[in-house]
Amino acid sequence: GGMLAAAVLLLLAAGPGPGPGPVRAGRDALREELLLSPLPDGDVAATFQFRTRWDADLQRGAVSHYRLFPKALGRLVAALGVRELHLALTQGFWRTRLWGQPPLQAPPGAELWVWFQPTVTDVDKAWEELSNILSGIFCASLNFIDSTNTVTPTASFKPLGLANGTDHHLLRYAVLPREVVCTENLTPWKKLLPCGSKAGLAVLLKAERLFHSSYHSQAVHIRPICRDASCLAVSWELRQTLTVVFDTFSSGQGKKDWSLFKMFSRTLTDACPLASQSKVYVDISPKNKEKELLEVTPPPASVHEAVVQGDKRTYAVYDLLSPSLFNTSRSLNVQLKWKRPQDSLDLPTPVLHAQRYVSGYGLQTGEISTLIYNTHPYRAFPVILLETVPWYLRLYVHTLTIITKGKENKPSYIHYQPAQDRRRPHLLEMLIQLPANSVTKITIQFERALLKWTEYTPDPNHGFYVSSSVLSALVPSVIAMKDVDVEQSPLFTSLFPSSDGSSYFVRLYTEPLLVNLPTPDFSMPYNVICLTCTVVAVCYGSFYNLLTRTFHVEEPSRGGLAKRLANIIRKFRGVPPL
Amino acid sequence: QFQLAVPVAVVFAPGSVPGDLPRPLPFRDVQETEIPVNLKTTVTTRYETIYRSTTAQEEAALGAATAREADAALHPLQDTSLGSLTMYVVPEMSSLLPQGVSVYVGKHRSALVRAGGGLAALRARLQQLTQVMAFTVSSITAALSDRVPDGQLGPDARRHLKSSLGYEITFSLLNPDPKSHAVDWDIEDAVNRYVQPVLDKLSLVANFSVDSQILYYAVLGVTPRFDKESSSFLLSAHSLPHVINPVEARLGSSAASLYPVLNFLLYVPERSHSPLYIQDKDGAPVSTNAFHSPRWGGIMVYNVEAPASPQTSLPLHVEVDMVRVMEVFLAQLRLLFGLSREELPPEFLLESPGNEGLADWELDRLLWAHTVENIATVSTTLTSLAQLLDKIGNIVIKDDVASEVYRAVASAQSAVAELAVGHLHSAFQASKEAVTSSERAFFDPSLLHLLYFPDDQKFAIYIPLFLPMAVPILLSLAKIVQETRQRKKEPTKLD
Repeated sequence: GGMLAAAVLLLLAAGPGPGPGPVRAGRDALREELLLSPLPDGDVAATFQFRTRWDADLQRGAVSHYRLFPKALGRLVAALGVRELHLALTQGFWRTRLWGQPPLQAPPGAELWVWFQPTVTDVDKAWEELSNILSGIFCASLNFIDSTNTVTPTASFKPLGLANGTDHHLLRYAVLPREVVCTENLTPWKKLLPCGSKAGLAVLLKAERLFHSSYHSQAVHIRPICRDASCLAVSWELRQTLTVVFDTFSSGQGKKDWSLFKMFSRTLTDACPLASQSKVYVDISPKNKEKELLEVTPPPASVHEAVVQGDKRTYAVYDLLSPSLFNTSRSLNVQLKWKRPQDSLDLPTPVLHAQRYVSGYGLQTGEISTLIYNTHPYRAFPVILLETVPWYLRLYVHTLTIITKGKENKPSYIHYQPAQDRRRPHLLEMLIQLPANSVTKITIQFERALLKWTEYTPDPNHGFYVSSSVLSALVPSVIAMKDVDVEQSPLFTSLFPSSDGSSYFVRLYTEPLLVNLPTPDFSMPYNVICLTCTVVAVCYGSFYNLLTRTFHVEEPSRGGLAKRLANIIRKFRGVPPL
Repeated sequence: QFQLAVPVAVVFAPGSVPGDLPRPLPFRDVQETEIPVNLKTTVTTRYETIYRSTTAQEEAALGAATAREADAALHPLQDTSLGSLTMYVVPEMSSLLPQGVSVYVGKHRSALVRAGGGLAALRARLQQLTQVMAFTVSSITAALSDRVPDGQLGPDARRHLKSSLGYEITFSLLNPDPKSHAVDWDIEDAVNRYVQPVLDKLSLVANFSVDSQILYYAVLGVTPRFDKESSSFLLSAHSLPHVINPVEARLGSSAASLYPVLNFLLYVPERSHSPLYIQDKDGAPVSTNAFHSPRWGGIMVYNVEAPASPQTSLPLHVEVDMVRVMEVFLAQLRLLFGLSREELPPEFLLESPGNEGLADWELDRLLWAHTVENIATVSTTLTSLAQLLDKIGNIVIKDDVASEVYRAVASAQSAVAELAVGHLHSAFQASKEAVTSSERAFFDPSLLHLLYFPDDQKFAIYIPLFLPMAVPILLSLAKIVQETRQRKKEPTKLD
């Protein structure tokens, strides 16, 4: 903002008005929490969740007085008829095989998916406007979202909040895998928090530490939820999450011990005064049946047990709002020590994980291969695979093969939308049954298209990104899960509600692909111009000389040296030369 | 260029007709004055006055006991079109106007004038009155402030908001210290009660949207000075410009619309900086504890009374007195729209606009100024578009852009024409359309394309051709010069 000149004004008070109206209670609430979980390979994941719940209907023009809910997002939802909005900006890749199932994964780069209200007539226009506005709010290049990278999935993305119908024409999904996420995206994200980064858990969000990590993912989820159990009225929920993975092993001189101060170079001193809940959870689940491997200081006031993603977890809970916490020391610095060095743990593999790569040689054709692993010992389950491939990789659908355990696996549902050059990408959605303890390999061949010279990205030899494919599955749980009250349970369990006690929802993203396209030598036109110009100029020069030169008959000069000497002598004598 | 015509009706009540009328009633009279704005632009104002005597109904209405009742009774009998004025001349001894008041301006588009003196005195008074109720030289030059050379404008001229098709009004409550103060305000009710009536009246001028937000941990950019005498903190006038910037970063821009935003901030100072008072240039505390920033909005400091006992548990619950706050914000809103009531001679009495917050003639004032400003904006926009086209010769103008330009020109012309005949409402509508069309044409994405690369780059590409070709030409030129020089030298040598 520019410098604003201000002028003092002595105001004349107007006439008296009626008295103030009745006081209304605050209808919005903020809950903040931090989940610290040591990952199987020794890294530490920190997941922040800030949930603002507003008991008001954010429909068009109905509400315009904001308290905890950020005005910028509220106005956006109201003005553009957004029913649900999910935006994630991620730097790095969540390694599911090593780190296990994340509470919330996001693909590298920027991901945006939005459900619009049925009242929105022109969804594409609203989508374009929305991405442009979000790009302004979050300083991200979301304005590059256009029809060439937007798809409308039919099965993979269901509304996470209240929804009357699931007409997928109201859904738009786009991923920008090239997007680089950095501090300029974090600052506006922090600004949306009611307490900013001034108080509460958000004081830990120090950019220089957060981006000195192996994985950084920040997200914004807006959805309508039931106000109460009877579900007669709608509340709006804004969930701001941030996940960071710190490599403690390499930064901690070979020790896996960590503390809040070591990770964030800050400690917690208070809760956000506006929050109705402010908690720190530390995952102290015993691994391999060996108990008491970890030691957490200070000793937690309470321990919470929950079944998260088919796994029994134990969390140490620190309630920042309880007055006893800050009685003994002024700040909370959660520390974790391993009681004895862990060596060569056999890493537990998650039930569902996947990997993807591109193969083939040359610059004409190639093949995309996706491997999906089901490591469940005895249960088969279906998975929905969503593949979005840009138009410049022309997929050959007849080469699509799905092989499990050496046999062909026929998908029970397939939705394919072919690409149109410069208009829309390929969309391939399949429902595949994964047998127990199996690897499924999906391959599809493609041909590389030639681009116009203006269509190349600034660094074309770096390659072109193909966004991550999305796997959505209801994974059967090994342990029976209790039907818990979503409102009361920690927030990291409640975004994807489980349908029943026997399975849980997982959404995974594979690696993005980097594909080289035939790239022209961009300096060639200039080289050609230079060369032809030089040739033309040389030709011109010789012609010019030929046409303009006058020829003289040179008189043979005899006795050159003697004559010159004689002339010099004559010059000294003042006699005209020979 | 501009001609503004104001239809004025002067109605003489029986017994108030001056003796020196040039013609018998009714008759018409036209008065023209010129306002020079700059070398190119002059604004001609034309008062088309009809002098007539009262009808029977008007006479009955003027028989009311007070001026206010007469004003209400006269309202249905008047020409209600925007911009027209009716002035009733009442006899000198009339008891309708209070003692010492010779001009009474009503809620609508009429005024009562006490007769007295000759026609010349009456004319001067009427002239003054039309300026109050329609426009003054300064309000027109303020509307054309972009064209007036710097230094010729008063300090107030740049205070008013630019004319726009819509405005967003944002009320923000800044609570930098939520640990000590839990501040609540019933903004919804206050907006409905105080702001909405004014905006309903102003809806003719522009679209308005109102919203509010509460920002926590938003601090001012200046540390206030502690004053030992009054044991309070002081913000001096010269530090106020630095107050807004850090706050503005938190306000959040209106992402969903392009209209200008009016910000009204209510600042509840931290406990460690309470109470906080704003000092004016002379060092005296400002009674309202508020200030405004031209074309931006206003800030009011709302001090929380310290708890009686220091043991009171924090946070302290504070309920904002919205009447006090809204009085200040509404006054600032009027000021930003240029509707502040100017200093008037004591014999003028203005009726308070009451619940609507705005009299009809004040709305007209705004419309006059905004119409003139819109037309000026359109002409500026189209001129810069033309300059752009002159600069870049090979730019492609699409048909829809061209039609927008034609529409803008046509609307602007019709606005000027309507102004010249005194149809304020249609002139304003036409000027609004002209602004919309011209902006649409100017900001059309096809004009922003970066593909129009400048000619010097094309020249640079051909340097490999031009440079080697120039070498033999320059060499032979040098040779020719050398030869001619030699030829000149040779004869002198022979001599």
